[in-house]
Amino acid sequence: MSNSVINNATYNYKVVRQFAIMTVVWGIVGMAVGVLIAAQLAWPQLNFDTPWFSFGRLRPLHTNAVIFAFGTSALIATSFYVVQRTCQARLFSDALASFVFWGWQAVIVLAIITLPMGLTSTKEYAELEWPIDILVVVVWVAYATVFFGTIVKRKTSHIYVANWFYGAFIIMIAILYVVNNLAIPVSLTKSYSIFPGAIDAMVQWWWGHNAVGFLLTTGFLGMMYYFVPKQAERPVYSYRLSIVHFWALITIYVWAGAHHLHYSALPDWAQTAGMVMSLILLAPSWGGMINGMMTLSGAWHKLRTDPILRFLVVALSFYGMSTFEGPMMSIKTVNALSHNTDWTIGHVHAGALGWVAMISIGSLYHLIPRLFGLKEMYSTSLINAHFWMSTIGTVLYIASMWVNGITQGLMWRAVNDDGTLTYSFAESITASYPGYVVRAIGGAIFLLGMLVMAYNVWMTVRQREAEAVDNLPQTA
Amino acid sequence: MSTFWSMWISVIALGSIFGLCWLLHATRKSQTNTTETTETTGHSYDGIQEYDNPLPRWWLYLFWGTIVFALIYLVLYPGLGKFQGLLGWSSANQYEREVEVANSTYGPLYAELAAKPIEELATDPKAIKMGQRLFATECSVCHGSAATGSLGFPDLTDDDWLYGGDPDTLKTTITVGRRAMMPARGMMGNLTDAEITQVAAFTRSLSGLSVDPAAAEAGKEIFYGKGSCTTCHGQDAKGIQAMGAPNLTDNVWLYGNSQQQVEFTIRNGRSGEMPAFGETLSPEKIHLLAAYVYSLSNKQ
Repeated sequence: MSNSVINNATYNYKVVRQFAIMTVVWGIVGMAVGVLIAAQLAWPQLNFDTPWFSFGRLRPLHTNAVIFAFGTSALIATSFYVVQRTCQARLFSDALASFVFWGWQAVIVLAIITLPMGLTSTKEYAELEWPIDILVVVVWVAYATVFFGTIVKRKTSHIYVANWFYGAFIIMIAILYVVNNLAIPVSLTKSYSIFPGAIDAMVQWWWGHNAVGFLLTTGFLGMMYYFVPKQAERPVYSYRLSIVHFWALITIYVWAGAHHLHYSALPDWAQTAGMVMSLILLAPSWGGMINGMMTLSGAWHKLRTDPILRFLVVALSFYGMSTFEGPMMSIKTVNALSHNTDWTIGHVHAGALGWVAMISIGSLYHLIPRLFGLKEMYSTSLINAHFWMSTIGTVLYIASMWVNGITQGLMWRAVNDDGTLTYSFAESITASYPGYVVRAIGGAIFLLGMLVMAYNVWMTVRQREAEAVDNLPQTA
Repeated sequence: MSTFWSMWISVIALGSIFGLCWLLHATRKSQTNTTETTETTGHSYDGIQEYDNPLPRWWLYLFWGTIVFALIYLVLYPGLGKFQGLLGWSSANQYEREVEVANSTYGPLYAELAAKPIEELATDPKAIKMGQRLFATECSVCHGSAATGSLGFPDLTDDDWLYGGDPDTLKTTITVGRRAMMPARGMMGNLTDAEITQVAAFTRSLSGLSVDPAAAEAGKEIFYGKGSCTTCHGQDAKGIQAMGAPNLTDNVWLYGNSQQQVEFTIRNGRSGEMPAFGETLSPEKIHLLAAYVYSLSNKQ
């Protein structure tokens, strides 16, 4: 077997295994809630006339579950794996790593309880109330300590590029999360932001867009920089490119949030800065895609037989597409059409399903067998089936939202020759109905793929146990 | 914005952009290869090596292109602190210009229609069409696209008016809005649950709904006595439009007519609100809207 054989004596794989398995579990939970709320928009009866099942409460549960339960678990699992293997050092502290796992699970469970109860600070992607925020920060500091502590005790002379990305993600998310959640508590379950009016909106989107920029982009680029060359068994295309696009990306991303507030009460200068910096962001974003794609040169033939590599490459394609779309949508004239429409939802999911989920899934298929001392997953053809379900699900999702978004944008601005609006808002909802149905179907196909994955992971883990039994010494 | 903050914004914005220029220039200059290579940097991390390839040229040009665009944009538009940009554009003056254009394009049409009395407009198909479109945008959220209302939102197509359906009253209602207030548990707020059940029965009987006669008889006493319901709904229970108090005898129910629903209304009171449109719509548009609403219950 290869050098990646399970070895608890050298590396701490236990916490990686825990996070990897929970990534699959929370992925299914988060996406199932997503499919439910997508279906609610097509069939409102699915709100069941109860507050706990209403769209307004489940939508934040969906976003929190996929970003912080699924996405962040994937990031912590892979970062703990990558930092150990590329630094040739065991995690800084096993106890602290274990605290990160159980602490993070506690955060997720608290979110699953409080959000459907309607307890919310009302800030997007930051809905959790202040006591949970404090727990998040404590766990995050422990996470940072384990990660950077491991880098400090590394046995390699340099720090591999994947770790820069993970490191930037950990530091920036800590800063952004704390600042945006600053609030004055009035009770255990209610607090009010310390920022007033337009400043609050700016701080919210400074966080909101950087949750995308640093958690969903920078963190997952760290994942890409390890698992793509590893799975392709090729050197990274350009070290130089990775330096330039890393520094450019983290410098410029913090500016971009203001593009969520075009034509609002935000001062013009801030809107302009948000727009031009978003445009500059195109090249630094694409740097990661190019470096990943070019790493495959000389290994393209492997795509024919390796569905894991297919996951990784298609993830990079969706990443390239949505980081082109993003700067375009930040241009004021385009934004005037796209803002508040389903186009935004489609754009987010091109990133969330196409990039974040698919790069995580590909990485997990590489990672999980190695964590359990196996060469490969239980079934490669099930990985292949999952790949097609993910791709078709994502394409249905984003195509339906493009059609809906542009339809809505055009309907809302259509004017009769007497100056009145051609369509009432309700008419644009009627026109969106087919798109909502297609979106729910696309999401359901994607979710089905995750169930296939869960089965495959289950069988892989069982296979490990079977082998372990086989290896027991004979005792007559 | 103070000079300090203006400078601060300019320095960090331009600093970030010029910092990128330096980064691109410096890494480009230090390149060891100008074409694709199979040389690596010499490191290996868990078996992963890195080629020492140059920055892809087309990517570099794309990067420089966006930087040049950004700098030109910052010269032309407000972005660097207090500097307003050479074009003199602002989101506020863009809005004002668009409103001006709309006013000069559509103004004459609305002025012409506003000069005609509402009774006349209500028979003019073109005016009704325009009014209906305005209604779909502004009013249909509450009153429904067919103006038939729903629970808590009045039906505008019947002949029953809370505040009056004559043209002037309609315009007043749309312009300044309406705020209704029915107190909970009678005028004095002192009706018991049993009394509420009885008053509800009496109230329902006025519209000919089947009720327990004994309860209705007892409820009548309370309606005219302890509850002081007549203060707003009148001695004949036909309501008083000056107060927006509804007629209780016509079997038109804003909040439902079941015994349970009427009891809920009496027990908790009601506070219906229609927003004022005078601040967002011009008098000419309100005139047209009033004509459309008027036409709904005054068919020729």
